[in-house]
Amino acid sequence: MSAQFLQFLLAGLTIGAIYALVALGFSIIYNASHVINFAQGEFVMIGGMATVSLTAIGWPLPFAIAAAVLVAALVGLALEKFAVEPARGASVVTLIIITIGASILLRGVASIVWDKNIHALKAFSGEAPIQIGGATIVPQSLWVMGIALVVVLLLTWFFSRTLIGKALLATSHNRLAAQLVGINVRHVLLASFGLSAALGAVAGILIAPITFTSWDVGVMLGLKGFAAAILGGLGSGPGAIVGGLVLGLIEAMGAGYVSSAYKDVIAFVLILVVLVFLPSGLLGSRSTDRV
Amino acid sequence: MFGRLAASRFGGLAVLAAIVLVLPLALVNNYYYEVAILVGLNAIVCVGLNLLIGYAGQISLGHAGFFGLGAYGSAILTARYGWPPFAAMAAATLGVALLAWIVGRPILRLRGHYLAMATLGMGIIISIVIVTEDRLTGGPDGMAVPPLTLFGLALAGERLWYWIVGAGLLVAVWLALNLVDSPHGRALRALHGSEIGAEVTGIDSARHKVRVFVISAIYAALAGSLTAHYAGFITPGKVTFFHSIELVTMVVFGGMASTFGAVVGAAVLTMLPQALTLFKEYEMVVFGAVMMLTMIFMPKGLVPTLASRFAAGRP
Repeated sequence: MSAQFLQFLLAGLTIGAIYALVALGFSIIYNASHVINFAQGEFVMIGGMATVSLTAIGWPLPFAIAAAVLVAALVGLALEKFAVEPARGASVVTLIIITIGASILLRGVASIVWDKNIHALKAFSGEAPIQIGGATIVPQSLWVMGIALVVVLLLTWFFSRTLIGKALLATSHNRLAAQLVGINVRHVLLASFGLSAALGAVAGILIAPITFTSWDVGVMLGLKGFAAAILGGLGSGPGAIVGGLVLGLIEAMGAGYVSSAYKDVIAFVLILVVLVFLPSGLLGSRSTDRV
Repeated sequence: MFGRLAASRFGGLAVLAAIVLVLPLALVNNYYYEVAILVGLNAIVCVGLNLLIGYAGQISLGHAGFFGLGAYGSAILTARYGWPPFAAMAAATLGVALLAWIVGRPILRLRGHYLAMATLGMGIIISIVIVTEDRLTGGPDGMAVPPLTLFGLALAGERLWYWIVGAGLLVAVWLALNLVDSPHGRALRALHGSEIGAEVTGIDSARHKVRVFVISAIYAALAGSLTAHYAGFITPGKVTFFHSIELVTMVVFGGMASTFGAVVGAAVLTMLPQALTLFKEYEMVVFGAVMMLTMIFMPKGLVPTLASRFAAGRP
């Protein structure tokens, strides 16, 4: 394996891990409510920006991170409570427009509460590059991949071992049946938004030292997360992770070997090709229609 | 009286024509004309997009791409290759129609959010290509576009363009209304309800979906080409994912499956940011809040909701 390839591989896995976290957020909300939450990218932005501003006023990093994740989760809960819940029963496109409205609103609020400048968050453990088999990697990349892995393991535990996690799964399989066995579907919906928002915030904090953060960083990251979720198969947890990593790798390889200007074009062309042959993503469930 | 008039197929068109005729009385200066022209151009795109989203039930998050290709096609052929503007407009529109047909055939087999992703991806690809191929397109800075000329006379000035766009909008709405009531339009509504159900009754749903996709792309390309020639300048800002979202929002905001809803949605959401510039930094907050509140309290969109309230209020 050449050093150059390894370099691109590591870069792709780093950004891919971020996409995977955002994609998981999309999938969790989609499973619980069949809503595609276009404000998902804004949680990524809130996570990064809140951490930057809290560390700037002297908070220690761990507290700032915890507070930022909490803020994002609260915004997520508020979004469900005050925007999605009142519009229950509206068509899918209407719900999409509501979440797009929410994303514009949140960006607007962020540009007032903070500013329209680009901010850098200090790396968690120094900037000294690490050599791995001829490739160089910043320590933050290891943090990204490591914490993403921990989050995925925690989620696996959450969905298979905790009551609320199982309630979430049950609701995603059959909402009515879940209600009949006594699951409070409203609380499940709230929980799904809170959890997704927290995941997005974690992704935003992890990536902020590498790619910087600003009030509008959520647009592109949200879009890539959505693309990853679709590529993997909407609503599938493993699909979101695979989709995120594959998207990150395609981008890194495309940028490295072909053209950095066209890296997104390469990624989207491949997604289109995959969708033409696998109309419900790599790991999505093959659905059949009822008339 | 007004309600019954608007309810008949061409009554609404007559009302719209009357509005277009009378509106200049309220347009006190060039700025108002500019906004009205912008509304008209957006409305043309939305009337076409509504055929796809509202009637056929197929979402597209990439129509800014078609709009942009129409605009840049016109701009490049006239500015770089010296084509006459109307020939360039026709060629650009034809090219977009061909592209929509080629792309539409495979991706319109996708459903729901997957179709949203595919059209979104297509739009982003177009947008990146336009920004990157800067020798042709001027890149992020955009490029100048020669004015439309007719028999050697340049068509310029807000007042003249108001009538060009107004007439264009009326033709666009007239064609859309006819299409909705044609066998093709009925087929679209049938496959919106249930694709399999439509196919059982003998409707070739794939063919109808591709056809309406191409028609909506032609609407967008023509509006794009007109916009480029009117403004005399085009930037990639009009080709972004965000512009695609704006267009869909206009359609949904005004009311899906309502041609006049698309026009009203385009009018409200084009004028709203102009009005909100008064609030400066709060512009985005207010815009987002208006979008959310309207959709929460009028999930069917402005025109259908108001129309049903109006109908319910009558004895």
